[in-house]
Amino acid sequence: MTEERPNPDALLAAIQSEAAREKRGQLKVFLGMCPGVGKTYAMLEAARGLQREGLDVVIGIVETHGRAETQALLDGLVIVPRKEVEYHGVTLSEMDLDGILARRPQLVLVDEFAHTNVSGSRHPKRWQDVNELLDAGIDVFTTLNIQHIESRAEAVRQITGVTVHETVPDTMTADAELELVDLPPDELRARLIAGKVYLPDRAVTAQDRFFRPGNLVTLRELALRFAAEHVGHTVLAYHQAHGVTEPWKSGHRLMVAISSSPTSAALVRWTRRLVGELHATWVAVYVETPGSLPPEDQTRLAKHLALARELGAEIVSTTDDDVVRGLLRIAREQNVTQIVVGKPAGWRSLDLLRGGSMLNRLIRDSGQIDIHAVRADGDKVFIHQSSRVLPLKVDWQAYVWVAGVVAGVTGFNAVLNRFAGVYALALTYLLAVVTLALFTGRGPVYFAATFSALLWNYFFLPPRFTFYITSVQDGMMFGMYFVVAIVLGQLTARVRAQQMAERLREQRATALYLLTRQLAESPDLAQLLAVVIRQVGEAFHAHVALSLPEESGSATPTPYFASTWLLPDKEQAVAVWAFQHRRPAGRDTDTLASSEGLHLPLVAGERVTGVLSLLFHDSSTLPPAQRDLLDAFVRQIALVLDRQRLRDEEHEAKLVAESERFGKTLLNSVSHELRTPLAAICTVAGGLRATGPLNPAQESLAGELTEAAGRLNRLVQNLLDLSRLDAGHLRPNFDWHDLHDLLDDARKTLGHALDGHLLKINLPPHLPPVKLDGTLTEQIFVNLLGNAAMHTPPGTTIEVRVAPGSGQIVLEVADNGPGLPPGDAARLFNRFQRGPNAAAGGTGIGLSLVKGFAEAQGGTATAANRPGGGAVFTVKLPSAAMPPVPEEKE
Amino acid sequence: MTVPPKLFVLIVDDEPQIRRLLTITLEANGYRVLSALTGREGLILAAQHRPDLVILDIGLPDLSGQEVLRQLREWSQTPVIVLSVLDDEKGKVAALDAGADDYVTKPFNSDELLARLRAALRHSAKDKVDEPVFHAGDLVVDLVNRNVTRKGQVIKLTVTEYALLRLFIQHAGKVLTHRHILQTVWGANHEEHTHYLRVYMTRLREKLEADPANPKLIITESGIGYRLTV
Repeated sequence: MTEERPNPDALLAAIQSEAAREKRGQLKVFLGMCPGVGKTYAMLEAARGLQREGLDVVIGIVETHGRAETQALLDGLVIVPRKEVEYHGVTLSEMDLDGILARRPQLVLVDEFAHTNVSGSRHPKRWQDVNELLDAGIDVFTTLNIQHIESRAEAVRQITGVTVHETVPDTMTADAELELVDLPPDELRARLIAGKVYLPDRAVTAQDRFFRPGNLVTLRELALRFAAEHVGHTVLAYHQAHGVTEPWKSGHRLMVAISSSPTSAALVRWTRRLVGELHATWVAVYVETPGSLPPEDQTRLAKHLALARELGAEIVSTTDDDVVRGLLRIAREQNVTQIVVGKPAGWRSLDLLRGGSMLNRLIRDSGQIDIHAVRADGDKVFIHQSSRVLPLKVDWQAYVWVAGVVAGVTGFNAVLNRFAGVYALALTYLLAVVTLALFTGRGPVYFAATFSALLWNYFFLPPRFTFYITSVQDGMMFGMYFVVAIVLGQLTARVRAQQMAERLREQRATALYLLTRQLAESPDLAQLLAVVIRQVGEAFHAHVALSLPEESGSATPTPYFASTWLLPDKEQAVAVWAFQHRRPAGRDTDTLASSEGLHLPLVAGERVTGVLSLLFHDSSTLPPAQRDLLDAFVRQIALVLDRQRLRDEEHEAKLVAESERFGKTLLNSVSHELRTPLAAICTVAGGLRATGPLNPAQESLAGELTEAAGRLNRLVQNLLDLSRLDAGHLRPNFDWHDLHDLLDDARKTLGHALDGHLLKINLPPHLPPVKLDGTLTEQIFVNLLGNAAMHTPPGTTIEVRVAPGSGQIVLEVADNGPGLPPGDAARLFNRFQRGPNAAAGGTGIGLSLVKGFAEAQGGTATAANRPGGGAVFTVKLPSAAMPPVPEEKE
Repeated sequence: MTVPPKLFVLIVDDEPQIRRLLTITLEANGYRVLSALTGREGLILAAQHRPDLVILDIGLPDLSGQEVLRQLREWSQTPVIVLSVLDDEKGKVAALDAGADDYVTKPFNSDELLARLRAALRHSAKDKVDEPVFHAGDLVVDLVNRNVTRKGQVIKLTVTEYALLRLFIQHAGKVLTHRHILQTVWGANHEEHTHYLRVYMTRLREKLEADPANPKLIITESGIGYRLTV
C-alpha cells in the first residue's frame, strides 16, 4: 500500500521522537557478536577522538579485564570513581550514577550495557541507569553483545543452548546509533586461544559450547542482520520525518496472548521480532479467568507483562470466564489484524465440553483476524495451562458441604422411595445438583453429580445396595443421568462464573465511578485529597500517601499531612524520584524495586501534579486487573488535581488583577491629591506675576516658590514611581525614541538643578531611534544627572555618553567629582543609601529608581570609579535593531 | 492685553481650588470665565454659552475627558485645552486624538497656560485664512510654489519631508500626536511605525534647524508628539 502523503500519526511520532531526542542525550551502541571482538577497545578509541575535538568525556565504568592495550587507552580520560555497595557482607563496586549526573559531562562511557546491578542499587539493570543519563541530556557510549538483545536472546539460546539472563529491551537500541564491531570467527578463535579474551568465571564452562565455529558463524550472522535491520529502521524513521514518499506502514496491529505459562516469554519475544519486521504496533493481552492464581504464577505473569511493556507493547488485561471470547473481544476493540498464541501440546478432555480446543475456537471465531500458532519452546510445556482449568485453591469445605447435601437428599429419597419410583428420585438428585451449581464452583458440582449418581445406583437402583445394574433400562437411565447432571451442573456453574466475572467488572467500574463522583463533588482541594486517600485506601487495601509539590514548578513534592501512610525518608526519596522522572517506582516496578511501597506519579498532560504512594496490606503482587484499575484511578486523580490547580491559578490571577486594580486606583487618587495643591502653588507663583509688575523682592519670592514647588513635584513623582515599582505596576511601554529628545526633556525637568555644572553631551552622530520606554529612560537621565549634580562640586563637568551596541544600548553619566564612596558599588543602588558628601536635600531614592527603571526595561545599572577620578554610572538597556524605513530621493 | 469684546473661557474641573485659581488668573488677564464641576454640566454650559475656549480636566468624576471631547466635537469646533497629570501620556494622546487642541500638565504655571491659551485662540482664528507663505525666523516656506529657503538658501526636501513640514505649518503652534502625523503623512497602515517619524524628524531638523541637537523650530513633546513653535 502506498500513500501519497505521510501518515499523520507516523509523522507526529517521528516529530515527537525527534523533539525528545533533541533534549535527550544520544546513545551509541558498540555491538558485537560475542565477547572478545574488541567492543570496549573500539569505544575507547572513538571517545578519545571526540575528546581531542574538545568534548567533555568521562568514563562511567569500563572493564579492561587487565588487558594492557585497552588499559593504555584509558590514559588521559577522566574516570568517575565507582561507588562501593555493601551486599551480604561483600563490598562490590558499581557505576556511580549520581556522581556522573552531578558531574554533567557531554559524553560518558558505560561498558557492558546489559549488566545487572547489585541488589539495592537504584535500578536493577545498567541499561536503566543509562536511560536516566540520556534523560539528563548526557550522551552515552556503551557496549553490547547480540545475545543480550531481548528479541534475539531466544534465538541465541536455540543456537548455543546458553540461556541469557541479562537482556536489554529493543526499545533502548531503537533510537541509538549502532556501530558493529565485527571480527571473523577464525580471528576470534585465534584471540581466544592466545588468551586475549576475558571470560567471566561462569562462562568458562560454557566456553567450548559457546565458541564453537558453527555458533560463531551464526552469532555473527545474527549480529550483522540486526545491524542491517537497524539501518532499515533508521531509514524509515528518516523518511517519515521528512515526508519522503515510500511504502508506508503496513497498518498491521499484532496481539499476543499472555498467560502465567513459562512459554509466554518466548511468545512475547517472537511477536516482538515479527512486529519489528512488519513495522507494526502491538498489544499484549492477559485474560483473567475466575479463580485465583498461586503466588509464583502471579509473579511470573507480572514478569511477562513487564517484558512485553519493555519491548514496547501496549498492555491490556481483561476479565472473562472464557479466554477465547476475552481475547477476541479485546482484538476487535483494539483493531488487531493478527493474533499470536502458543501452540497447545496435546488434546485435552474438557475441550469437548467447551466446544473444541481453544485454538480451534479461536481460528473459527476470529473472522478477519489472522492467527499465528507458535510452537512454544521450553522445558515445561503447558503443564500450567491444564492446571488452570480447575481453581487451584481446592475448597475442601465446599466438597464436604456438597457431600452433606447429597447425603441429605439421599435420606429424603429413602422416604420418598415409598411413594415414588426410582426414576423420580433421579430428578430429585438432579434438582440438588443444579441448585448446588448455583452456589459452588465446578469441582464440587462434578463431585456432586458423580456422587449422587453413585448413591442413586447403590441405594435405589435394583439390585439395591450394590453398584450392579441389571436391566438395560436402568443402565440407560444411569448413563443419561450422569451425563445430564454433569452437563447441567457445568452449564449452571459457567453461567455463575460469567456472572461473577461480570460482577467483578462491575465492581471495578463502580469503584472508578464512585471515585469520579466523589472527586467531582469535592468543593475544595482539602476535601479532594481526603477523598483520594480514602477511596484509594479502600479500593486497594493499602495505606496511602499523597505527595504534592508545595508550589507549582517545585522539583520536590512533600507528603500531604492527611496521608494515612507516614512516608519514611527512604520511601519519600523514591516518591521524589517517581515525581521527577514521571515513572512509577518502588515495588513491582523496574526502579528501586526493593522499597516497600509503590509510588505512582500523577501525570496530566505535560505536568506531574504529585505522587500517589501505596503500602499494600498484603505483600503479594497486585493482580493485573487491579493494577489496571489503579492506573485508571491514577489517571483520574491526576486529571482532577490538574483541573483543581488550574482553577486555583485562575482564582489567584483574579485576586492579583483585583489587587492590582485596587493599587492603581489608590495610586491615582494619592497622585491626584498630592498634585492638586502643587498645581495650586505653581499657579499662584505664576499668577503673582500675571496680576501686575512685581518689585525685585516679590519677584525673587515668586521664583523661590516656583523652584520649591518644582522640587516637591519631583519628589512626589519619585515617591509615586517607587510605590509603582514596589507594587509591580510598572509596565514598560516600548516605542521608538530619539535619545536627544529624551535628554532634552530630562534637562528641562531638572530646571535649575544643573546650574553651575558643565554638561557635555556626547551622542554618536546619526544615532538611529532606539526602542525603549521614553518616560522611564527620561527618568533614568533625570536621576543620574541630578545625582551627579548633587554629589560633585560646582564648576565640574558632567558628561553623558551613549554607545549603541549589538542588541543593547549603553547610557553613561560620568562626572569629575570625588568618585564613589569606598565599599560595594552595588549598595549605592539600594534604597535610601545616601553618599557621605551629598549636599542636603536628597532622599536617597534616585539611584534605586534608576536601577528599578532599568530592570523594568530588562536592563542593568552599575556604578564604578573612573580611572582619571570621578564616578561613572552605566545603564545598559536591551534594544532591538530598527526595522527598515522606506527611503526616497530629494 | 485686553481685547475689547472679552473672550469667554469655560473651565471644566472638579477641583474647587484649581477652578478658583484659574478663574482669578484668567480674569486678571482679561478673559470672561465660567466654570463647571462635571463633564455633563460642562457640556450643557458649552451649549448654552458658546465659549471661545474650553479648559477641560481629563480626570473628571462623571465622564472621561475623551467622552466630553467626543460629545463636544459633534457640534462645536471650539478650541479645547486639556489639563492632565504628568505620567498620563496615554490620556493626553487619547484626548488629543479625540480632538483636543493642546494640553497642559499639572502642576502648570500660569504663564505657560496663558501662552497655550493664546496660541489655541490664534490658531482657531487663523484656521480660516491660510497664508500662502510661512515665516519662522530665517526660514521661509512658500506653500504655493513648494519652495523652502533658509537665509535665502534653497533647502532640498524629499516628498515625505515636505509633507511633514507642511503638516506642521498647517497646525503651527499646535501639538500633533505621533499617530496623527503617521496617519496623515504615511497613511493609516503605518500608525504604529513611530521609528519612521523619528528618523524623518531627525533628517528634517538637520536640514531646517540652526542647531539640530537643540531644536527650536519643531520641538518634541515627550511621549505625545511634536509641535511647531510660533
